[in-house]
Amino acid sequence: MVHLKINNIPVEVPEGSTILEAAKAVGINIPTLCYLKDINEIGACRICVCEVKGARSLVAACVYPVNEGMEVFTNTEKVRKSRKTTLELLLSNHKKECLSCIRSTNCELQKLSNEYGCDENRFVGAKSEYEEDNSTSYLVRDNEKCILCRRCVAVCKSVQQVAVIAPVRRGFNTHIATAFDADLAEAPCVACGQCVAVCPTGALHEREEIDNVRDAINDPSKVVVVAAAPAVRAAIGEEFGNPIGTNAEGKMFTAMRMLGFDKIFDVNFGADLTIMEEAHELLHRVKHGGTLPMFTSCSPGWIRYIEYYYPELIPNLSSCKSPMQMFGATVKTYWAQKEGIDPKNIYVVGVMPCTAKKFERTREHENASGYPDIDAVLTTRELAKMIKTSGILFNELPDTSFDDPLGQFTGAGVIFGATGGVMEAALRTAAEELTGKPLESVDFKEVRGIEGIKEAEYDLNGVKVKVAVASGLTNAKQLCEKIKKGECDYTFVEVMCCPGGCVNGGGQPIQSAFTRRQVDLRAARAKALYDEDASSKIRKSHENPAIHTLYKEFFGEPGSYVAHEILHTSYVDRKHKN
Amino acid sequence: MAKKIDVPFNGTKEQEAKLRAALAELKETHGDNGLMIAALQKAQEIYGYLPEQVQHIIAEELDASPAEVYGVATFYAQFSLFPKGQYKIGVCLGTACYVKGSGDVYKKLCDTLHIEGGQCTDDLKFSLDATRCIGCCGLAPVMTINDDVYGKVTPDQIEGILAKYN
Repeated sequence: MVHLKINNIPVEVPEGSTILEAAKAVGINIPTLCYLKDINEIGACRICVCEVKGARSLVAACVYPVNEGMEVFTNTEKVRKSRKTTLELLLSNHKKECLSCIRSTNCELQKLSNEYGCDENRFVGAKSEYEEDNSTSYLVRDNEKCILCRRCVAVCKSVQQVAVIAPVRRGFNTHIATAFDADLAEAPCVACGQCVAVCPTGALHEREEIDNVRDAINDPSKVVVVAAAPAVRAAIGEEFGNPIGTNAEGKMFTAMRMLGFDKIFDVNFGADLTIMEEAHELLHRVKHGGTLPMFTSCSPGWIRYIEYYYPELIPNLSSCKSPMQMFGATVKTYWAQKEGIDPKNIYVVGVMPCTAKKFERTREHENASGYPDIDAVLTTRELAKMIKTSGILFNELPDTSFDDPLGQFTGAGVIFGATGGVMEAALRTAAEELTGKPLESVDFKEVRGIEGIKEAEYDLNGVKVKVAVASGLTNAKQLCEKIKKGECDYTFVEVMCCPGGCVNGGGQPIQSAFTRRQVDLRAARAKALYDEDASSKIRKSHENPAIHTLYKEFFGEPGSYVAHEILHTSYVDRKHKN
Repeated sequence: MAKKIDVPFNGTKEQEAKLRAALAELKETHGDNGLMIAALQKAQEIYGYLPEQVQHIIAEELDASPAEVYGVATFYAQFSLFPKGQYKIGVCLGTACYVKGSGDVYKKLCDTLHIEGGQCTDDLKFSLDATRCIGCCGLAPVMTINDDVYGKVTPDQIEGILAKYN
């Protein structure tokens, strides 16, 4: 242990701690901008500077290790002046659209500038000029709001391992860019949006679709259906000041109705449907010598990763569409037929914790009815924004439920939003199909939790099933390499592109670097889903009564010809496309 | 924004083989330390500049992403993403020349040729670079085209001078 004083308060911390960590231990916060725990620790922005007795100059608290007997001052006049000047210099080259900026009131630069009473026009000089990159359907990059903290670069490289963006040129011309300053649409970006989730300002954000959705709601000829992904309910409450890990499902349904959506269904239903098809496909591959291990195909970022970086593993991907796409396809075929509505008049909105879903809906072969399965994708943040701008007091709403029939779901569908959830849901169904008996316990705890890679082996009525679960592409890459080299014999592999799964997706409410240091978003939000599963009456996808009816009335059996036409898809090798 | 590189890539199979062999050797000798810079230097030695295609080869061999390679290649002044033209124009931006207005000459050249410093015209005819003091401050502002030296240049002379090379 190391002993030191921070603002004259004695403190004892483990060796190797930084000043930032030691200060936290005595209840002192040191502001940061570029620092992102475990991901970006480069001491570049100089906002966290402190005075250290005997040191020649101010030091960066986020990376400066503590020493025995050290005396640190975090809040002197000199320190405050330095921080303020640094902020004012950042503001001198910042596109100050703060009144209408997508990140207004949730911007780390804005918050600090306000706290330090900065004059945003203290330094007037040359300003960088960059065109906004809105070349993709999912993400917008505005380098004129970028403060070059490199948090996005770090997450893209060290968490997702794709490194499609990097700092280029230097000095005043430094900016974050793709290779050769190409449009993002030309880069092998997986669309995960983790860069958005860590951006402290409005330089990176999703491509909003709120206006399109409002137009559809206002169009009397359209029946507008909305459905949220499992992970949305575990996080949307945060946008309204609720603690991280609040399940706001009932209020979300009520708010959706008040926004004017005609039908409130649920992608959890699509998740249950996915399990029916995916479990069937898995057992079919096992029995008939198909390509193994089979990979889950729910995560569109993961699909893009395989298509760009491991196209040789495309045969391993399940042909199942994602729950969202299965849901949309079912609405516009089965439900449209049942209700006697022309699918061209149905407008399906997916609410997703994800930016890649905005790309997924534009993929080829995602239009089973002849019209797009999904017409618009809103992130969790966009739905919250719609609720706020409609004057709806979210926290005061009563809880209500989904609409029948495509809103019905089971506990198995709910846990899709957390890493390991799809695997567990599939195991529940596959086990019962193989043994023909009800499971004693539906909990497959080995595949739960936030570790990057989880492995387990099960004996399902004599069929040995070896499974692996990975989240975050660093972990996915490890598995892909092992599988390519034939070093493992998994039967079934679940991969979610974002660390911790969809609960930590790029479309979820943005929490500051400070909050991310205190709370593990992945675990807290996942808990809300596992709690809901545990308290669900029905916890196995194949016992969902609406799913039963759907197969009886429309699809016949899982894997049937009709099911294949409507619920399955194909993939493209993007690596060798050009 | 960087100018889109429209210059055709004329790299040969021999150059690529040479580069790949050189990179393999560098990986042996360098470990991870400064490998990227050494690789880019080697590539520029072989090709004369660093076209996209060559940066892709480096990314592949070094298990880096093209964005990272591009980041390093654009950071250091010693690396050029553009080939040098048939006529290499240098404008001295040293103190004496600058005070005498070489900045305006430089800007006039950029505007006339539609390129920035460090770049090359699409027809590979002219490339433009800012130089340090070339030692004839008495003639300031000074500009060179290959071995020809032009002294006391004014912006309105530029078109006439360039015409000699067209």
